[in-house]
Amino acid sequence: MKPLIETIVSPLVDHPDYVEVTVEETDRKVRYHLTVHEDDVGKVIGKNGRIAKAVRTVVHAANSNTNKKVYVDIM
Amino acid sequence: MREITASGQTVEEAKENALNQLDLTEDQVNVEVIDEGKKGLLGVFGAKRAYVKIQEKRDLVSEGKSYLQNIALEMGAEGTDVTVTQQGNEVTYELIGDRIGLLIGKRGQTINSLQYLTSLVVNKDQNSYITVVVDAEGYRERRKETLENLASNLAKKAMRLNEEVQIEPMPSFERKIIHTALHDHSEVSTYSDGKDPNRRVVIQPNNLS
Repeated sequence: MKPLIETIVSPLVDHPDYVEVTVEETDRKVRYHLTVHEDDVGKVIGKNGRIAKAVRTVVHAANSNTNKKVYVDIM
Repeated sequence: MREITASGQTVEEAKENALNQLDLTEDQVNVEVIDEGKKGLLGVFGAKRAYVKIQEKRDLVSEGKSYLQNIALEMGAEGTDVTVTQQGNEVTYELIGDRIGLLIGKRGQTINSLQYLTSLVVNKDQNSYITVVVDAEGYRERRKETLENLASNLAKKAMRLNEEVQIEPMPSFERKIIHTALHDHSEVSTYSDGKDPNRRVVIQPNNLS
């Protein structure tokens, strides 16, 4: 799932080298923390969070075969 | 992205040399003239060669294709193929494979997200806007029929109840299908209400009392 988030986000930003995803996993939840270059934050959130929402939708779809709840946080 | 500097007796010749080296045609590159060069006396004394810098243009349409392929692969839909058709300012990517259901998602929410993300990639730092459509197994056409049926059913409901009927929120290109379907309807009219992503179509009976 980590490479998926990187695959989605990297082409959207101006500084792909700064894209970083860390994982925090518990029994029922997986939490992904996405960090990008500070100039790129708007490019992964979008107007009214539209881009962030689209990223989460795709990640949730890919996760549908597991029982764990998935969160994508943007720092 | 490839980039080279080449020289020649004239700018034209330098450009030609560079294009030959990269095996590209002129419309696939950006050309920057570094030095126009000088012919010199009798073409010998004081002659200076011309230098040009040639940079391959990014092919954003095919970047959109590999973007979709990479995402499909990471989502677990191995072997998904993408065909591209371009018509004027509109590019359609058709997803073909065994796990299309996963890529479409409930009420198309996944395919709509993929379409939005792909349009961001294709239109990244571009002046002219390209409309991106992501389709799979005729999904868009089927969805259009579903929405047209929904529109006519809800128009009847609005007339029967003689009150406004709201449709669930949907993206702009789907709302447009509803508006178009009921545009020529004599007894109801439509408008959109709310803010994206919760903007929705409302069907209103014309003789609302």
